[in-house]
Amino acid sequence: MNSETPIDQYRRRLLGGSVAALAGLTLAPGVFLQTVQARPADEPVSDRNRWGLLIDTNKCADGCNRCVTACNEENGLKPMHGPTTDPQWIRIVKVKSKSTGYQFQMPVMCQHCEHPPCVDVCPTGASFKRADGIVLVDRHICIGCRYCMMACPYKARSLVHETLTDQKPYMPRGKGTVESCTLCVHKVDRGDGTTACAEACPEQAILFGDLNDSGSEISRRLEQYGGRQLRADLGLNTGVRYQGF
Amino acid sequence: MKNLRYTSIDGNSPAYLGLLGFFGLFLLAAFVAFVNMEHEGHWITGMNNQIVWGMPHVFAIFLIVAASGALNVASIASVFGKKLYKPLSRLSAVLAVALLAGGLAVLVLDLGRADRLIVAMTYYNFKSIFAWNIILYNGFFLIVGLYLWTMLDWQVEKYARVAGTAAFIWRLILTTGTGSIFGFLVSRQAYDSALLAPMFVILSFSFGLAIFMLVMFAAFKWTGRPLGDLVVNRLKNLLGVFVAATFYFSAVYHLTNLYMTKKHGIESFILLDGGIYTQLFWWGQIVIGTLLPLLLVYCPRPSKHRFAIGLAAVLVILGGMANLYVIIIGGQAYPIPLLPAEFEYSSTFFDGVVAGYSPSKWEIMLGLGGVALSLFIVAFALKIFRLLPDDLSDNLVSSKS
Ligand code: SF4
Ligand code: SF4
Repeated sequence: MNSETPIDQYRRRLLGGSVAALAGLTLAPGVFLQTVQARPADEPVSDRNRWGLLIDTNKCADGCNRCVTACNEENGLKPMHGPTTDPQWIRIVKVKSKSTGYQFQMPVMCQHCEHPPCVDVCPTGASFKRADGIVLVDRHICIGCRYCMMACPYKARSLVHETLTDQKPYMPRGKGTVESCTLCVHKVDRGDGTTACAEACPEQAILFGDLNDSGSEISRRLEQYGGRQLRADLGLNTGVRYQGF
Repeated sequence: MKNLRYTSIDGNSPAYLGLLGFFGLFLLAAFVAFVNMEHEGHWITGMNNQIVWGMPHVFAIFLIVAASGALNVASIASVFGKKLYKPLSRLSAVLAVALLAGGLAVLVLDLGRADRLIVAMTYYNFKSIFAWNIILYNGFFLIVGLYLWTMLDWQVEKYARVAGTAAFIWRLILTTGTGSIFGFLVSRQAYDSALLAPMFVILSFSFGLAIFMLVMFAAFKWTGRPLGDLVVNRLKNLLGVFVAATFYFSAVYHLTNLYMTKKHGIESFILLDGGIYTQLFWWGQIVIGTLLPLLLVYCPRPSKHRFAIGLAAVLVILGGMANLYVIIIGGQAYPIPLLPAEFEYSSTFFDGVVAGYSPSKWEIMLGLGGVALSLFIVAFALKIFRLLPDDLSDNLVSSKS
């Protein structure tokens, strides 16, 4: 007998109570190919980690949108009734400086804010932030009010506007609920140490890592070159950082 | 004062039943729209991932805001002791409850998962102003219900003033809460203003009174009850004051925005080059919703006619809808600034461009259904409760005040 409600089960799965984890691959003592430290299966998600992404706009190649395709494939997002209503968890934003004419493009997704407005406004608590900084929607208690979409400064969220078919088993979605980039939480909990978009980028413009681990590549690169937050003025301390512009 | 007698209406006449049937048609249409939206998903509406709140929210917020304003007449009577309005208090309280019910129905039926209403009622995130609003709305029903009871039952009449005061305070908090739903959205430039909450309080005064006056005119006229000029003139003057106050607040809101460089974009969007939103602002909110009603209400000639006063109330309502449309939908249509002003940008997700929206018939059906529900409740309440005084002609009113 399982006394857990579907909500509990879903939360447990998202919170990562029962997922396998891989330790970093050791090449030689102290040298890691994978700087991402996965957590043992029996350990709860903890605030020792803060997962994030570092995006280098210098590397992001003009016209490429492999990260978008990879995200859609990984999470089972398909075109339905057109671009205004189709969910987009990640999108390529083309930018041009008005003063210098300098042009570049960059992927934008949920920024996994440390102080997420979407979580603050959500009436039911369906929007939540895990201890490791990943912001998610619990699709079992989302009522589809879209207040989080109103609140998100990055337009990172989409409402599912129609009935879905062929969903990925690890990524439950549903009509009438709101969703956004999960930072490939299923991959993170599995210990993949990366996300679908980061994996797909041929230029390595997207780097996944632990912002809390000063030894991780993402932290080192941020320390060395700095990185900016979109809408830093809002003070949300985003988990996704940008370099190169 | 002895002469004041409250009676219910017969409610058997073909005209009355016809009226209920008329409202019923709108309710049916709203139900069809709801089922369709639930079944198909929201793609059949005009709403999308850019304009996430659409026409249903314009209707819902209008009704919710008007609900607290409709209570004004009762508040003035019992909180501020103005006897002149006392005979209308019952109708005022019932209308307030009815409007709130209509507005909430629209809001709930538009949810992506309306079937999860129970979740909304049981899971609370107390940081969310939205969750607080759910509590405020439920409290409003309770408090105004009790207040109504003190008015209907002479045995508890002595508590009327306490209940009336409680209801008055509650409604101020409630409208502040509704305004704060927008005021807390720092991400969107149109909403990032502390003025929105008090502005909603003023909006509620004028919307609520306008609806109240129309319902009052209809109820007295269609049941053949005399309604004297004295009370009508007071109410019309009050409406004028509220309309002017709304205009004042709106002016302050836009002027303070113009003062802030970072808001120049959104301001010129609303005031100058926002297409439909600019049109709705100037023609809808300012001309139809402000100037014309003020003329009708204050010019000596027209203001003597009931028709002109009623027309003024209708225009206030239309202008109010335009106002909310501009705030709610215009505020979303204007692009969110993702990058500093130095950059221009575009994407497949409509970054940096004005989002398009045209309301679908389903949304309008749902919204009108909310209005019909409110009016249906009032009409029905008139039959089961003794809400209206038999006679409110001037000699009766003045002899007792
Ligand atoms: S980017 Fe938007 S959806 Fe993501 S955590 Fe921040 S507010 Fe929430
Ligand atoms: S749409 Fe869902 S996740 Fe977003 S605020 Fe409403 S209940 Fe919360």
